[in-house]
Amino acid sequence: MSAPAGLATPGTGDTARPPALVLDDVRVVRGGRTVWSQGTLAVPAGAIVGVIGPNGAGKTTLFQVALGLLPIAAGRVEVLGAVPRRGDRRIGYVPQNYTAALGDAIRCRDLVTLGVTGHRFGLRRTTAAERARVDEALRRVGALEYADRRMSQLSGGQQQRVAIAQAIVDDAELLLLDEPLANLDLRNQQEIVTLLGELRRERAVTIMVVAHDLNPLLPVLTDAVYLLDGHPHHDPIGEVVQEDLLTHLYGTTVRVVRTAQGDLFTRATGPDPA
Amino acid sequence: MTPLAVTVQFQDDWWSVLQTDFMRNALIGGSLVAVAAGLLGYFVITRSNAFAAHALAHIGFPGATGAILVGAPITLGLAVFCVGGGLLIGLLGRRVAEREIATGTVLAFATGLGVLFGSLASANASTTTSVLFGNLLAVSDDELVVFALFTAGVALALAVIARPLVFASVDPAVAEARGVPVRALGVAFVVLLALTITMAVQVVGTLLLFGLVVTPAATALRLTARPGRVAAIAVAIALLSVWTGLVLAAMVDLPPSFFVVTVSVLVWACVLVATRGPGGVHRGHGHAGGHTHDAVPTTGSATAL
Repeated sequence: MSAPAGLATPGTGDTARPPALVLDDVRVVRGGRTVWSQGTLAVPAGAIVGVIGPNGAGKTTLFQVALGLLPIAAGRVEVLGAVPRRGDRRIGYVPQNYTAALGDAIRCRDLVTLGVTGHRFGLRRTTAAERARVDEALRRVGALEYADRRMSQLSGGQQQRVAIAQAIVDDAELLLLDEPLANLDLRNQQEIVTLLGELRRERAVTIMVVAHDLNPLLPVLTDAVYLLDGHPHHDPIGEVVQEDLLTHLYGTTVRVVRTAQGDLFTRATGPDPA
Repeated sequence: MTPLAVTVQFQDDWWSVLQTDFMRNALIGGSLVAVAAGLLGYFVITRSNAFAAHALAHIGFPGATGAILVGAPITLGLAVFCVGGGLLIGLLGRRVAEREIATGTVLAFATGLGVLFGSLASANASTTTSVLFGNLLAVSDDELVVFALFTAGVALALAVIARPLVFASVDPAVAEARGVPVRALGVAFVVLLALTITMAVQVVGTLLLFGLVVTPAATALRLTARPGRVAAIAVAIALLSVWTGLVLAAMVDLPPSFFVVTVSVLVWACVLVATRGPGGVHRGHGHAGGHTHDAVPTTGSATAL
């Protein structure tokens, strides 16, 4: 299916495939409160999308709608050309604060394996083909060397890699990553960002990333979904990294700086919007 | 007052004591409980259910005294209250924090009921004591049949749900997104746990239950994080505890509960010491250079938005 009529199709994505995410006048209510409304947008397949907005704007809620975990109050949603449903194996998901919640009791390799077999009832053993896929996913994110250790024994950056391995092990077409860069140092942030760019090129996967700080992601982002004044919007990244838009979005003065090397940065410079 | 040395006396006839019918029942019953408890231990720990497991044992107390009051089998009373209490806790508390509060509240009320029933039934002190501390030597033939059915049921149910239950226990957010019925599995697990605790209470009592359900699995988890191996090692430790405990109890003619729990705790302590320190398999830290939280300031290039 194609995007709803009247939507601008951003030039960054793959127009031969259905959009990764389509919202058509969607309103989301949680606990009696409207989180956001009038959501009308189409995220093209193959994009890397930053999902930005102030705290509590409903970024994680957007993911839950896409995952079929939260029914919408009004409108229509399509994910990868179909109505969202729980257990869609084409979506890989890394929740917020994910790795902090994982304890002592699981090895990295077993956690990734659950991404393939974890929904299956009964005693069937993991097949050699499935084990090979787990190894391949761990290798792809650079986690193979510590695959046999417990999650709790890894650093934050290593844990995030394993989490991404679990999300891609089933050949997901859409990755939903909620704050994957939180609590990572600069080097690990950049390595994860580089990995996301590589995954997109190699697998033609669509990646949506919730982020508080756009800057580390700017080198790879093609699009952004931003939650402004209670409504989600979508634009190519170049149209989002604008001083007046970001200033309005975050409620504090934001400057956009281009370095001598051509890299874009955003800076918060003052407490009040001009 | 009798000197301790007179109270604790080596029994020369311990081998013939071991061959009596009540000892045979104790061995079989204790082994069945050890298997079920060992299998469930991994999940009790990964689901942060340790408090609930402990509480369920206490919630069984009014079940036992209530059964005495109305003249029903104690196992039935225990099972009804444990399963009912487990379901109530599961329904009231969905998140861990809520569950702690729900567990504590249900626990308090159940213990109150237990005192009331015990008083109404004018249950004597030794009946109450056997509920609180277990009486492995009083396992009857009928109870053995019930234990065998419970353990078989727990093992069969786990064979079916083990894999999704591992997923739902260690990684609930992703498991739910992946279509695993996380809530339903949680309810199923609580029922299995309640059945196991119903048995375990009669072996080690409500107060010592940790020694069979939690401690063996905690010991195993220090040695390996692979769920299947944790279950196997936990079952082995629980069996060892029950068998050794019974033999020691026969040797000195003292309650087996004490020895069962002591063996379990001793194994745990030994493994704890052995896996500690620089060469330990546990709690090692990440690769050099991989540490993240405070290594490099993140304000070098830009202010976080």
